[in-house]
Amino acid sequence: MPVISYIDAVTTAIREEMERDSRVFVLGEDVGKKGGVFKATNGLYDQFGEERVIDTPLAESAIAGVGIGAAMYGMRPIAEMQFADFILPAVNQIISEAAKIRYRSNNDWDCPIVIRAPYGGGVHGALYHSQSVEAIFANQPGLKIVMPSTPYDVKGLLKAAIRDNDPVLFFEHKRAYRLIKGEVPDDDYVLPIGKADVKRQGEDITVITYGLCVHFALQAAEKLASDGISVHVLDLRTVYPLDKEAIIEAAAKTGKVLLITEDTKEGSIISEVSAIIAENCLFDLDAPIMRLAGPDTPAMPYAPTMEKYFMVNPDKVEKAMRELAEY
Amino acid sequence: MTIEQMKMPQLGESVTEGTISKWLVKPGDTVSKYEAIAEVMTDKVNAEIPSSFTGVIKELKAAEDETLAVGEVICSIEVEGSETDESRANENIHSGVKNEGITQVVATDVSISKARYSPAVLKISQENGIDLQQVKGTGKEGRITRKDLLKLIESGNIPKVKSASNQVTAPAADFMQEQPKTTQVKAVQPIAGDIEIPVTGVRKAIAANMQKSKHEAPHAWMMVEVDATNLVRYRDSIKQKFKQTEGYNLTYFAFFVKAVAQSLKEFPEINSMWAGDKIIQKKDINISIAVATDKALFVPVIKHADEKTIKGIAREITELAQKVRTGTIKSDEMQDGTFTVNNTGSFGSIQSMGIINYPQAAILQVESIVKRPVIIDGMIAVRDMVNLCLSMDHRILDGLVCGKFLARVKEIIETMTPENTQIY
Repeated sequence: MPVISYIDAVTTAIREEMERDSRVFVLGEDVGKKGGVFKATNGLYDQFGEERVIDTPLAESAIAGVGIGAAMYGMRPIAEMQFADFILPAVNQIISEAAKIRYRSNNDWDCPIVIRAPYGGGVHGALYHSQSVEAIFANQPGLKIVMPSTPYDVKGLLKAAIRDNDPVLFFEHKRAYRLIKGEVPDDDYVLPIGKADVKRQGEDITVITYGLCVHFALQAAEKLASDGISVHVLDLRTVYPLDKEAIIEAAAKTGKVLLITEDTKEGSIISEVSAIIAENCLFDLDAPIMRLAGPDTPAMPYAPTMEKYFMVNPDKVEKAMRELAEY
Repeated sequence: MTIEQMKMPQLGESVTEGTISKWLVKPGDTVSKYEAIAEVMTDKVNAEIPSSFTGVIKELKAAEDETLAVGEVICSIEVEGSETDESRANENIHSGVKNEGITQVVATDVSISKARYSPAVLKISQENGIDLQQVKGTGKEGRITRKDLLKLIESGNIPKVKSASNQVTAPAADFMQEQPKTTQVKAVQPIAGDIEIPVTGVRKAIAANMQKSKHEAPHAWMMVEVDATNLVRYRDSIKQKFKQTEGYNLTYFAFFVKAVAQSLKEFPEINSMWAGDKIIQKKDINISIAVATDKALFVPVIKHADEKTIKGIAREITELAQKVRTGTIKSDEMQDGTFTVNNTGSFGSIQSMGIINYPQAAILQVESIVKRPVIIDGMIAVRDMVNLCLSMDHRILDGLVCGKFLARVKEIIETMTPENTQIY
């Protein structure tokens, strides 16, 4: 099985879907000739031409709006936000139109759009190039938010998102693009949206997280294993709506739960995960639910020392895991 | 002289690794700060890596065309001078952390965590009948963890909670011989500021007697309301003169003891004792009265109470109470009681459930006399009311006889007037 990078899995999934279905097209800033600032759409312009790989003006509300309109008329647009930070001008289109049109039209209309956006910090990107924006959209029924951690999940879930008949936000960790590599089958496979995935089986503590933090957790789990501490790692993969069943099962398995997000702590995705566990697992808990997250500060700092302080990293994850294991 | 490590720098956003395309230096070369030492290729750019130090190249850690993650060491440089500030700063941080850790451990109390159980631990212990007091915790500060219990269950060596059913199956005749078992539950752990009082002497005897009685005698309980208005009027009218003549108080309690003694004469079943395979009905009517000091409770006995006048009983109550308080009471003055009357009203109680003075058959609590609205002949009247509470050993007595006995005491009290009740 070929080993490819996270970003190559993105490109592969888009290419295969565009080959399979002529309604699928790409739009976004610099996605065409340049192939995207991160090269996520590299080669697509040459293969499919300017009508299916469209460079747009620097206006995110237009990218979302055009995509939503095209989707409602039967197309399968993949809209790229150059950075997740820039999705904010398009929030009205996404929440008020895309998320609600099926409900509002009594099922007459739908909006099968995928909006891709690179998110996350640790790349020295400071305020406008480091944010995690998933929590903004994570209480909007009608939307789905997918945040995969591995190249295998990227390909299977991006294909599922493109084929989904409702709007899907697909957030890719920009640091994972070239850092994370993994085996990805050549064949056409689809993974279910809304299903979490156990990335490592363990008995002593449970870690529930998503995105790049999954890898931090797996690295730390490897270290703890040599000290006889066995860690169960659940990758949420879809952060909205959450896979409650898998969360409850994973939490009840060990009774000690560490929740990790790179986002700032209060009101984050893991706050909701924590609520689900509190509602369902009281009598299985052996320790207070523990959260590891970014500090509640307005922005990712630019200074490297401060960025390091802000970011979740394998050392912080390991420390939290040990603390929980010892409790 | 120190060795510094040159690391792969981050050459742009989203760049996580770089490939050394060409080394511009070799070991032994002298480089100055900011001088280019290698050419590096990344996904985005080709760049030269400047040296961060002035010194001599010691070792190249990567070959040309080798790809290294950002932060990995690419070469080492020998630098003039002593330890760097950075490494010293790190050391300081480390020692600081160590000290803090030690203080924390000293400050925390182990016993608190030991007695605090997580929901998971409680659930598992209940499902498996595990006595948590006997489990050694391996968690933080000795906390018992879920895993500790799972390991115990797996080992099959489960410390069980002592079940009460063992004692129930013992033959009834053994009750008298069998000492009440001290419970398996370990003592509560005191924490800072608590005062520990050793259980000795009288307190120990009280504890043993109470436990024995409550443990062996199945207690049943009933209460009657008594209108003591006549008694209150009568006693109020003579108490001053009595005090002047006799030199001690004429308390209500003396009237109650008298009424009880008289009723016991009429209901000898109440004046009896449990003796394992038989019930002994006592001929003598000896009334135990409870006298409390600050620290303990004594039950001196008014012997042959049925043969004494109210004045005689009042005097004996005064004398016995005095002896208890001065610590001069003798043990024979506290023996041979056949029935106990407890003056709970003296400390304001209006209802209580006494524990029987073992092996007697019953105990009567005389509660406070309080003014209450009462309906008499369809009209509301203010009356002096008192509750009499009786605890009985249901092995010896049943509700019917006790009800009759209480009704008789009530009748006597309610009709205590100067015309039919002599003090002397």
